[in-house]
Amino acid sequence: MSNLLTISPSPHAKGKDTVKSLMGGVLIALAPAFLVSLYFFGIGALITTLVSVISCVLFEWLITKFILKQTPHICDLSAVLTGVLLAFNLPSNISPFIVMFGALIAIGVGKMSFGGLGQNPFNPALVGRVFLLISFPVQMTGAWPKPIEARWQYLDAVTGATPMSYSELGKVNLMDMFLGGVGGSLGEVAALALILGGVYLIVKRIITWHIPVSILLTVLIITSIAYLTDPTKFASPLYHLLGGGLLLGAIFMATDYVTSPMSSTGKLIYGFGIGLLTVIIRLWGSYPEGMSFAILIMNALTPIINKYVKPTRFGVVKTK
Amino acid sequence: MDNVIVVSVLILGGIAILAALILYVIAKKFKVEEDPRIDLVAECLPGANCGGCGFAGCRNFAEACVKDFSGKVCTAGGNDVMKKVADVLGLKAEETAPKIAVVRCQGSKECRPKTNAYEGAKTCAIVSATYGGETGCAFGCIGLGDCEKACQFGAIKVNQETGLPEVNDEKCTGCGSCVKACPKIVIELRKKNPKFRKVYVSCINKDKGATAKKACSKACIGCGKCAKTCQFGAITVENNVAYIDFEKCKMCRKCVVECPTGAIREENFPPRKPKEEAPKQLNTSTGADKVEITKEPEKINLDKPSDNLLKE
Amino acid sequence: MEFKTFSIGGVHPADKKLTAGVAIKPLAIPATVTIPCAQHIGAPAEIIVQKGDKVKVGQLIAKANGFVSANIHSSVSGTVKMIGPVADASGYTKQAVTIQVEGDEWDESIDRTPDIKRNIDDLKAEDIVNKVHEAGIVGMGGATFPTKVKLSIPLEKKADAVIINAVECEPYLTADHRVMLEKGEELMIGTQLIMKAVRCENAYIGIEQNKLDAIKYLTELSSKYPGIKVVPLKLKYPQGSEKHLIAAITGREVPSGRLPIDVGAVVDNAGTAVAIYEAVMKNKPLFERVVTVTGDSVKNPGNFLVRIGTPIKNLVDEVGGLPEDTGKIISGGPMMGKAITTLDIPVAKGTSGVLILPQTLAHRGEVENCIRCGKCVDACPMGLEPYLLSAYASRKNFEELENNHVTDCIECGCCVFSCPSNRPILDFVRFGKQSVMKIIRSRKK
Repeated sequence: MSNLLTISPSPHAKGKDTVKSLMGGVLIALAPAFLVSLYFFGIGALITTLVSVISCVLFEWLITKFILKQTPHICDLSAVLTGVLLAFNLPSNISPFIVMFGALIAIGVGKMSFGGLGQNPFNPALVGRVFLLISFPVQMTGAWPKPIEARWQYLDAVTGATPMSYSELGKVNLMDMFLGGVGGSLGEVAALALILGGVYLIVKRIITWHIPVSILLTVLIITSIAYLTDPTKFASPLYHLLGGGLLLGAIFMATDYVTSPMSSTGKLIYGFGIGLLTVIIRLWGSYPEGMSFAILIMNALTPIINKYVKPTRFGVVKTK
Repeated sequence: MDNVIVVSVLILGGIAILAALILYVIAKKFKVEEDPRIDLVAECLPGANCGGCGFAGCRNFAEACVKDFSGKVCTAGGNDVMKKVADVLGLKAEETAPKIAVVRCQGSKECRPKTNAYEGAKTCAIVSATYGGETGCAFGCIGLGDCEKACQFGAIKVNQETGLPEVNDEKCTGCGSCVKACPKIVIELRKKNPKFRKVYVSCINKDKGATAKKACSKACIGCGKCAKTCQFGAITVENNVAYIDFEKCKMCRKCVVECPTGAIREENFPPRKPKEEAPKQLNTSTGADKVEITKEPEKINLDKPSDNLLKE
Repeated sequence: MEFKTFSIGGVHPADKKLTAGVAIKPLAIPATVTIPCAQHIGAPAEIIVQKGDKVKVGQLIAKANGFVSANIHSSVSGTVKMIGPVADASGYTKQAVTIQVEGDEWDESIDRTPDIKRNIDDLKAEDIVNKVHEAGIVGMGGATFPTKVKLSIPLEKKADAVIINAVECEPYLTADHRVMLEKGEELMIGTQLIMKAVRCENAYIGIEQNKLDAIKYLTELSSKYPGIKVVPLKLKYPQGSEKHLIAAITGREVPSGRLPIDVGAVVDNAGTAVAIYEAVMKNKPLFERVVTVTGDSVKNPGNFLVRIGTPIKNLVDEVGGLPEDTGKIISGGPMMGKAITTLDIPVAKGTSGVLILPQTLAHRGEVENCIRCGKCVDACPMGLEPYLLSAYASRKNFEELENNHVTDCIECGCCVFSCPSNRPILDFVRFGKQSVMKIIRSRKK
């Protein structure tokens, strides 16, 4: 640059957050869950995650450069994060081509078709995941690799049921669900690792507590009521909290900046909606897991929440 | 099986008929009565919604014309359009002199050097509200294209090499959107002459001559030579800057020759005959700034604090 | 110690109080001064001297023009060299009086004795307000609102809390901090004068927790001055905003579009309070002020007592000249100060600091897409939605801007500070706010 003085309107100071640092922070928060998934699912976890991340980054770069004809910004790590989250929603024995296809849909349709980062109305990783769920239902729901046993196996991994599947509902040990060691997608099995990640995110002020807490509280309350009404028909609330993709969704997917409301009250309403829909789909719907759909539906409601739920203004309510 | 089909057809058909009835009733009940002439007038208009007429879009203008035709002018459509509107309404239209946008600044990147580097939001309005600009002239064109964004006809574009906007005379309708968008009021609507010929003072710098010249080599220094030369009394010098009244100007171009800095521009004239005294700047053609700079642009004096504060 | 604060928004920039321990030093009087006649909010003062006139320090050279205006006095003795337009910080020109300095002769009415005058019993409220008006005192925190207007409370309103703003929440600036430590008694008496002028028995001095020495010293002093209480405040920007100071100390929030007096508060800067003491008790009009000259690479940053009209170049020379890596020069603090294009501009009544930023801190990052993180919403101390206002402003949707209360924006810069995408949010919001205010004014006509 030249040696001329710089002029700009105020302010002339800047905080330390950048898009890259925020995305990087989320990736760090996902690290414990990733390590746990490597421990339990081994090769499958590694390959699926790598394929997903590389595909997402590649597709974003190609689409930005050649279709949108703009400068690609892959160094902001948002594509990497989408890749990781997409992988965490998949079983470890899924074909890499399906993963790549999912990445193409997640990035191409879920993000770039709306104009890139910040413009998409739906969570890209969930768009990819739901698309795969509907297009490849057998591979996505039928065969979940057995943890530890399937560690060194990949596409031919030995399979078993997951805690939320109908045959196993309520029967899996809670401690196993907490520490990991149950069947499920890569990212959803180890509750403890996910909770640690969530605490990191809140402490580092990358997310606020409103969305995860409102989702979990809503699920807790409704499932408690259901359980108390009929313990034989419904699983215990703790089982619901630890099982399936609830923690992964509540901490990492629902809190996606672009698709969640801007005000604190808005976030609470959004979280409540997700919790409610998830429980309804789980208890009375025909899918064993409802988190992805619940989040996508509430994503659609985010603009209207933003329009009508405004943050508390200064000087409107007299304190004291 | 047949039963199912018959029942389905009946039910769905019934719903369709009911919906059609409801729509019909509502359309009739809530119909807005409108003067049919408004549609006819609106059809005559260009439809660009440029706002040059002073109304909020062509439809609004059509309504206003039907209500009261006197004094209404569609600047973008000009006399042709107003005649058509008058015919529709059975009235007579007044003829108005067409105008065209003229950018009154020659402070290109070459002749008006930067004295600081702006890093704020890139719109002219915000730069103007923040400070005097990246150069020593606080009056001149900022070059970030608010005028280009405002034009509905694609008639004004910022030339990235010079940093100044250029008007496409053929496309310009004289609607005035760019004039309103420019925070420095650099652009003026002047009379549209045959062959798009123009003679105008391309500078609005009100600083004293020495200050203006230091900031830009083509500045008007307010010397008044042009005013003295003009036989038609078309030129006035006020606040250290000259202005040519386009109603009085006869386009003799004597002022262009007299101007010592080249601030007065002539456009779209044939080249001068050799026996005439060559002006201090070359003739220009439409749009492009091909004026030869006779002097070097003022180098910034690094020792003076007001020029460049950082030693290189 | 209990630290109070305001409840909505706020950010935490590094406070960088490099000169907190540097005592105030008088700056040498320059060879010429240029005193602008528009150093305050309201109508510019009317110049009453002519070219060639001889003036003394403290002599009136421009009269207040209307109710919301202020007198301006000469800060030097000498001959009026020129009256004309001079470029100010923004590059636009304003009317100013340029004086060629000769000696340092003060107006005879000014009391130059160093002892502190404490007896205010015989003064009436009107006397105090008149003296404040005559002395040309304006808000010295930077807002430059004519103080006499603030002290002239309408009959139907009552003040029950005088608040002294000694927060100085802008990073780098330490002028008020040093004034508290070195002119504590004068500050107290000035506060008493304000209390008398607005007929109020309670005063609070708000000080942020990064100035513990000032909190301690003034708390000790306040035991001698009944009615005055020191209130320690949490370190959070923009605690020094008058609305947020009132909210933190009294718990009352000034409603949108209203003034502090509507919640019974009168807020004055600490430097203004000292200026009021000097005006009322020592007959000294406002012609000099403390300016912090600082920056990360500056050789000898410090706090200086500067005559109004001194070129900023003199201050910069005093601290060792412009550093090699200078990127931006700011008049004021880094959050709300104005970047200046040249050092040839004069110090005015509202110049609280000169900040020289090195290249590493002077540039804005590349603008990226808004990622809708909501950090600007969390940071906004007025509870607005900066991302939304910025989008409306860039699309010139003035109706929606007004509906979304853009006029409440205090232009503090918290939104830009917290934005991870380096978006120029405040640039657009400010433009939108100014446009909407213009529309509102034209509607009233």
